[in-house]
Amino acid sequence: MAEFKHKDIIALRDLTKEEMELLLSTAESMREINSRDIKKVPTLRGKTIINLFYEASTRTRTSFEIAGKRLSADTVNITTSSSSTTKGETLADTALNLLAMKPDIIVMRHSVSGSHYFLSSKMPGCSIINAGDGTHEHPSQGLLDMLTIKDRFGRLDGLKVAIVGDITHSRVARSNIQGLTKMGSSLFLAGPPTMMPPGAERLGNVTVCGSMQEAIQDADVVMMLRIQQERQGKTLMPNAREYSRYFGLNPQNLKLAKPDAMVMHPGPINRGVEMSSYVVDGGQSHILKQVENGVAVRMAMLYHVCGGELE
Amino acid sequence: MNLLIKGGRVIDPSQKLDGTLDVLVENGVVKEIGKGLVAPAGAETIDASGKYVVPGLIDMHVHLRDPGLEYKEDIISGTRAAAAGGFTSVCCMPNTKPTIDNKAIASYIINKAKAEGFANVFPVGSITYGLNGDRMSEMGELKEAGCVAVSDDGKPVNNPELMRRALEYARGMGILVITHAEELSLVGEGVMNEGFTSTEIGLKGIPRIAEDIATARDVMLAEYTKSPIHIAHVSTDGSVRIIREAKARGVMVTCETAPHYFTLTDDAVRGYNTNAKMNPPLREATDVAAIKAGLKDGTIDAIATDHAPHHLDEKDVEFDVAMNGIIGLETSLPLSLKLVDDGVLTLGQLIEKMSCNPSNILGLSRGTLKAGAVADITVIDPVVRWTVEADKLASKSKNSPFLGWNVTGAAACTVLAGRVVHKL
Repeated sequence: MAEFKHKDIIALRDLTKEEMELLLSTAESMREINSRDIKKVPTLRGKTIINLFYEASTRTRTSFEIAGKRLSADTVNITTSSSSTTKGETLADTALNLLAMKPDIIVMRHSVSGSHYFLSSKMPGCSIINAGDGTHEHPSQGLLDMLTIKDRFGRLDGLKVAIVGDITHSRVARSNIQGLTKMGSSLFLAGPPTMMPPGAERLGNVTVCGSMQEAIQDADVVMMLRIQQERQGKTLMPNAREYSRYFGLNPQNLKLAKPDAMVMHPGPINRGVEMSSYVVDGGQSHILKQVENGVAVRMAMLYHVCGGELE
Repeated sequence: MNLLIKGGRVIDPSQKLDGTLDVLVENGVVKEIGKGLVAPAGAETIDASGKYVVPGLIDMHVHLRDPGLEYKEDIISGTRAAAAGGFTSVCCMPNTKPTIDNKAIASYIINKAKAEGFANVFPVGSITYGLNGDRMSEMGELKEAGCVAVSDDGKPVNNPELMRRALEYARGMGILVITHAEELSLVGEGVMNEGFTSTEIGLKGIPRIAEDIATARDVMLAEYTKSPIHIAHVSTDGSVRIIREAKARGVMVTCETAPHYFTLTDDAVRGYNTNAKMNPPLREATDVAAIKAGLKDGTIDAIATDHAPHHLDEKDVEFDVAMNGIIGLETSLPLSLKLVDDGVLTLGQLIEKMSCNPSNILGLSRGTLKAGAVADITVIDPVVRWTVEADKLASKSKNSPFLGWNVTGAAACTVLAGRVVHKL
């Protein structure tokens, strides 16, 4: 069995296929714990995890906190809406102060792409897990998406995965493209050209499509991205109404995908914008399954950066 | 004090000179160039065999941070860095605190440099008062005070009407406008070049057209107003093309590029390296090729460093938060000499772009070793190999993407008005 040798998990770009398979396989065994009456094992007893969130998050922060607690780690949450610059203390100083309290893992979400590499350089001996950095990566989301797809199809290779939305500003898209390409899936991206970054086709096994219809045609997986007005400025699209007409998933255009295609969304959903409620709550939706798998995947991540080995 | 520089390869494009010759300096001016010159009694002799002897190098675009931001650099440390890099003259940009928009600040800089500096410092005044992009500064008085150009460098003059009037007014006052060509609406929150690298590492991109559109606008304004204009820090294929076409039409446009734009691509940003963050940003291989072609065919007149010192606290931060800019005075010469090794420029062309042309563009009466000229001279060792190391740099700030690089070529000796201010 492969070993996991990384101190940090910052980007799926940094991981091999084997390392991701190990994380997914551990997550599968972690799921058993989550279905017990007493959902707690002593694996990380005595370890301290700090969840340092510089951006608002409900799902991801809660999921990481539950993951830590189910492994018996002590978890501390720091949530601050202000960035390090406006707060008056630099990220480097925050890192040094936290390091002095000897945590084992820092789980951070930050609005600046690449800030986890910076944090890691200031915190030798402490593991860093990326819970989302700017418009770069969101590796736990990528892994939980892969686990959810694997649950449905029993494999990842040879699948056609459509990702629709604002690719430019999506860290979820980047992590999924990195991960799924290594796992042998084919990715088909669609979105208005204002939301398609230059060179997107070179990010992996990627085809950039001219329309949403082209991307979801015969797809096994349709992954819709949240329209994030806060990251986009005002010039990328006319309004939500027009966006939903051309890039929203509804029961009609979903018929273009394979009959057994699965529908995914990283949340939080803008119902009626990128996805109609009939699809969100419909039989092909795996959105809540994604959330459920999130806890298991994050348990696996915490476990492996702490040097865990799978017998 | 008298000086004889013996046996070097003297290259002076201003008099089409290239040969093994001696240079005699008396009382701070060039007395004579010839073979077998004899040192007068008491003169210092410098053996320049195997070295190049050229008119003192001129960097027409630096930030000395003095007054107001002396924690980054000051006139003494900045001119020491200039001398170490082979530069005898530098032109300092006006984004100091306070701004160089009045005679008092210009005079302070000139006087401090004369009294305590290691290079000539020619201040560049601001186009608009306080760099606020609203009202023209007093260009007449700035010129009288010794400013050699005006610029709002660091930001563009956004308002085209104001830029038009500034070009006209400056022409009347006989002072050159240097433009920082950037269309801010296209830059948005961008922090690096927009391209595949920005897509992959998830940083917000700055498209090349942000520079090209502004370059085109300013070239058109210069053409319409029949005024000279100088475009600072050209970094894109498109801007080179616009300037080349404008020159062919007879527009009075000159321009400069910086060593990092012909040495690095945006790949240097990978790893979120804040010492590869500057404005304009590092571009792509096609732009590097276009910059080199522009240097070769004469479209690009000058090499200037945009020496922009920043404190460690301003660079050792998350990428988006880091300040723009890198130091350049002490690495420009070896990086530029590589253009000669690579066959992009002849040695004569390189000296034109690093000395003669900046002098001519700004009317500095330097960039020459003609008899009677001020004896600003750089002796270049073209073969010495050295490693760029932070603690050996004279600049107060160490924000260079070239730290750790092994480079070839350095200033063996820098002579300022006959006085040796640097020796390797």
